[in-house]
Amino acid sequence: MKRLFVKGNEAVAMAAVEAGCRYYFGYPITPQSDIPEYFSRVLPGLNGEFIQAESEIAAINMLLGASATGVRAMTSSSGPGISLKQEGISYMAGSELPGVIVNISRSGPGLGGIDPSQADYFQAVKGGGHGGYHIIVLAPASVQEMYDLTMLAFDLADIYRTPAMVLADSVVGQMKEPLVPNKRGDTKLPAMDWIVRGKGDGEQRVVKSLFLGDGELEAHNWKLHAKYQQMKERECRWEEFETADAELLVAAFGTTARIAKTSVVMAREAGLKVGLLRPITLFPFPEKAFADVTKKCKRVLDIELNTGQMVEDVRLSVARDATVDFYGRPPGTGSLPTPEELFEQIKKHY
Amino acid sequence: MQQVFKRPASLKDVQTHFCPGCHHGTIHRLVAEAIDEFGVQKRTIGVASVGCSVFLYGYFDIDVVESPHGRAAAVATGVKRARPDSFVFTYQGDGDLAAIGTAEIIHAANRGENITVIFVNNTTYGMTGGQMAPTTLVGQKTSTSPFGRNQEKDGAPLRMAELLTQLEGVAFSARVAVNSPKNLMDAKRQIKKAFRYQVEGKGFSFIEALSACPTNWGMNPLAANERVGSEICAYFQPGVYKNRENL
Repeated sequence: MKRLFVKGNEAVAMAAVEAGCRYYFGYPITPQSDIPEYFSRVLPGLNGEFIQAESEIAAINMLLGASATGVRAMTSSSGPGISLKQEGISYMAGSELPGVIVNISRSGPGLGGIDPSQADYFQAVKGGGHGGYHIIVLAPASVQEMYDLTMLAFDLADIYRTPAMVLADSVVGQMKEPLVPNKRGDTKLPAMDWIVRGKGDGEQRVVKSLFLGDGELEAHNWKLHAKYQQMKERECRWEEFETADAELLVAAFGTTARIAKTSVVMAREAGLKVGLLRPITLFPFPEKAFADVTKKCKRVLDIELNTGQMVEDVRLSVARDATVDFYGRPPGTGSLPTPEELFEQIKKHY
Repeated sequence: MQQVFKRPASLKDVQTHFCPGCHHGTIHRLVAEAIDEFGVQKRTIGVASVGCSVFLYGYFDIDVVESPHGRAAAVATGVKRARPDSFVFTYQGDGDLAAIGTAEIIHAANRGENITVIFVNNTTYGMTGGQMAPTTLVGQKTSTSPFGRNQEKDGAPLRMAELLTQLEGVAFSARVAVNSPKNLMDAKRQIKKAFRYQVEGKGFSFIEALSACPTNWGMNPLAANERVGSEICAYFQPGVYKNRENL
């Protein structure tokens, strides 16, 4: 297949269109504005709808409404805008609505800056809104993965009737790389027997998250919980690199993993037995992969572009006698580590 | 014998949770009658809001999406854009639409979304126990305005039916009251006009229905009904404020 040379943000939009998404609702925010710009050009010609909403809050609720009718739809934003969407994400999780949300995150807190950041990990994987829920979170590390994981996000959202998030940053969002624009697969999707469409001659359908009857909400939450367990069993994805004989395991995701991989190669060239485990799904977190690798490899160095978030999940996942150290820098201008910097850390912890 | 009065097909045969003297049930009925008369029940998607209005799906026999507080107009936008052949209305209270949902209603209206908004104005937050709403009258005592609404500090009550007429996207805007047989008949006429705009694809239509909340007003149903006709209609004057195509 022909290779293209595109930005990560464009790859997200191209994948969404290939996945059948014809409805996009968003609001401008750096560094993701290429995504709404792409949809505003392309969707009108595909009989779709692009709305530049009055706010992130409105955008996520337009997504909620469109998803309730069974169409593939998405929104995208960055840190502060994702915070505003959390109310709607909680309602979508509670109402069991699919839908894709892309976070090309910024550094924070507050207005922060537009530098690459991994400080939205907690917000994404721990249920950023109220009420106790999870959404699927996918963390691409390349333009190709921006494309492939966006496509996957639509399938997983439909299969589990859940919001799914692609969590990236301005490095993968703004970087141009070769892309093979894969065709949509033939994933078997469950029947959409719950969507609203006008009752016709059938029974009334209601999409809601309010459950006031005795025991109803508890039962609903157990149902959601069972779904999250099922995701943990079936949907964990990760990349292992040089882990077979590793004596030090580097754990990192997204952009940081991309940099760390170069550092691991440098370490191998220097004769150090270092491997890399890169979670691709942040929720569900590949707990078993960490447990398996740390049966033999007892030292882990978790590296993030924040002051320590995913490291908590790594510590909960590794074998009991494994030790987990952390190296990270809070996001901000100039804080993106170089491969040499991470190589020094690897040597220090080896 | 001929049956001359019956429950609209779009309403379920169930008891409501509404308090004695509450006008929600009356407004539900008028909306349901209009749905029946336009023959759109089978393709209607209602958007329920947060407040006493949330149980819409318990009383209407139509498909319904429940919206977060204030966001009904944005949810309805998503529904209608994805399913342009469906008949879409929101049903929202005054706290929902005129306070937390102000941005959503103004922008949906301004985009001229081809939906109908039923806005129930009873000058209070009913579900949460009678707090001050954006529509609470000056001097009106509520649980969060115990000394009466103070215009200097709380502002004056928002007149949404008039405010929305400023927006080019609004095709129809009317305020009705449901406190007397005459007003009920008129309310029904205006709701049908609003629906006609949507059915004919002619743009955003808005109905503000003045409504009694006896429980939170601390009144008996009759006194509350009278207050709608006197005090409330005096500030929120019923009328058709915009009728772009003169339907």
